[in-house]
Amino acid sequence: MHDIVQQATNFIDLGMMQVAFLFIVGFIGGLVSGFIGSGGAFVLTPGMMSLGIPGTVAVASNMCHKFPKAMVGAYKRFKYGQVDIKLGLVMAASATIGVQVGIKIQEAILAAWGEAGSNLYVSLSFVAVLVIVGGYVFYDAWKTSKSGGAEKVTALARKLQSINLPPMIHFKRANVRISLWFTIPVGFATGMLAATIAVGGFVGVPGMIYVMGASSLIASASELVIAFVMGFGGSVKWAMNGMVDIRLTLIILAGSLIGVQLGAIGTTYVKEHMIKVVMGTIMLIVAVSRGLAVPVYLTDLGVMHLAKDTMTVLNRISFISMAIALCTGAVIILGAMWKGKKAQALEKTPAPVFVRSPK
Amino acid sequence: MADSQGSTGKKPVGKMISFGIGSIILYAIVFSNEGLVTEWFTKGKWFAALPIITVFIFSFVHGTFASYLWSVLGLEVVKKK
Repeated sequence: MHDIVQQATNFIDLGMMQVAFLFIVGFIGGLVSGFIGSGGAFVLTPGMMSLGIPGTVAVASNMCHKFPKAMVGAYKRFKYGQVDIKLGLVMAASATIGVQVGIKIQEAILAAWGEAGSNLYVSLSFVAVLVIVGGYVFYDAWKTSKSGGAEKVTALARKLQSINLPPMIHFKRANVRISLWFTIPVGFATGMLAATIAVGGFVGVPGMIYVMGASSLIASASELVIAFVMGFGGSVKWAMNGMVDIRLTLIILAGSLIGVQLGAIGTTYVKEHMIKVVMGTIMLIVAVSRGLAVPVYLTDLGVMHLAKDTMTVLNRISFISMAIALCTGAVIILGAMWKGKKAQALEKTPAPVFVRSPK
Repeated sequence: MADSQGSTGKKPVGKMISFGIGSIILYAIVFSNEGLVTEWFTKGKWFAALPIITVFIFSFVHGTFASYLWSVLGLEVVKKK
């Protein structure tokens, strides 16, 4: 094992371009994570691989930056009163089991259909989950914004909260009382998705909102606790195999620690439904991106035929659209913050006093 | 990590500069000893503690710098009524 590790860790030389790329993507990924609780990893890993970094080193080094970023984001948002630590830890426990099952499924697919089969499975999971969940999140955000921006607890969450199935857990900060049994599938699915597409929050946050009844502010902040627990466990595992390139981790961290705090501050400037707008938008664009990659993997498996040039173009468009997804999310966050800050400044400005001049 | 100053308080410019310098020193130490750091940090097994402890230290120093940076730039938390 160690020989393989040594081969894989023939770490690349870092030039200014690579450093700038990692710092900027780290910053934007951090901004999005601080705001919606997850994101960034889906662009960072393929982006790092395109710099010539071996896949395993890219995943390991990326994960090792993810948990301290999540820790700092969770700490900031805890201070703003948005984190339910108990909710995050309960979810993280079942998510850890979900990750293990997700890895086993990946291994079985890899053994049966090889690399292309595994890639196809990942892409199809991306498309299916992101279209269904992302579509609903986006629709709900649009509905909420039309009704003035006030969030409502879903009928499903109200129904589940009313079922008295011991043990019942009270999440004080989230103001949710629900059976442990209903939290397990949500946490498990979060872990499964994290093991498959590296962004468990795309199921975890909507799950906490629509199934458990937490607000989007509490759900996105508590997701950072889950990301910390899962990221920490994963990083220790990768580091024990010597796969973490600490230089890459620290460069990404330099950008993401600045971004994650901006994202966290941003949540206090905007209306709550903006979290859903950003999340839904990113999920739908990423779904399109992964959808574009499906024909490439089907060709690799021999199911269909595409010219080599067409495959290269599709791969490139797919990566660019993923980067667009992240940037769009960042632009919406910054735009909403800008509007929020302007509105705040207007509130502080005293109303003009008109003095009638004597005739 | 540090609490940023309230919007009415003095901007923590000195603290931001101190933690910024601390952060630069930490990065300089790692990158000027790139070869040695990479060799020890990838030995695996119990040496896994090295990258983990390192990211915690960087998170504290660089994270505190980032917190003061936004504060100095005038971005403070809005307390909604």
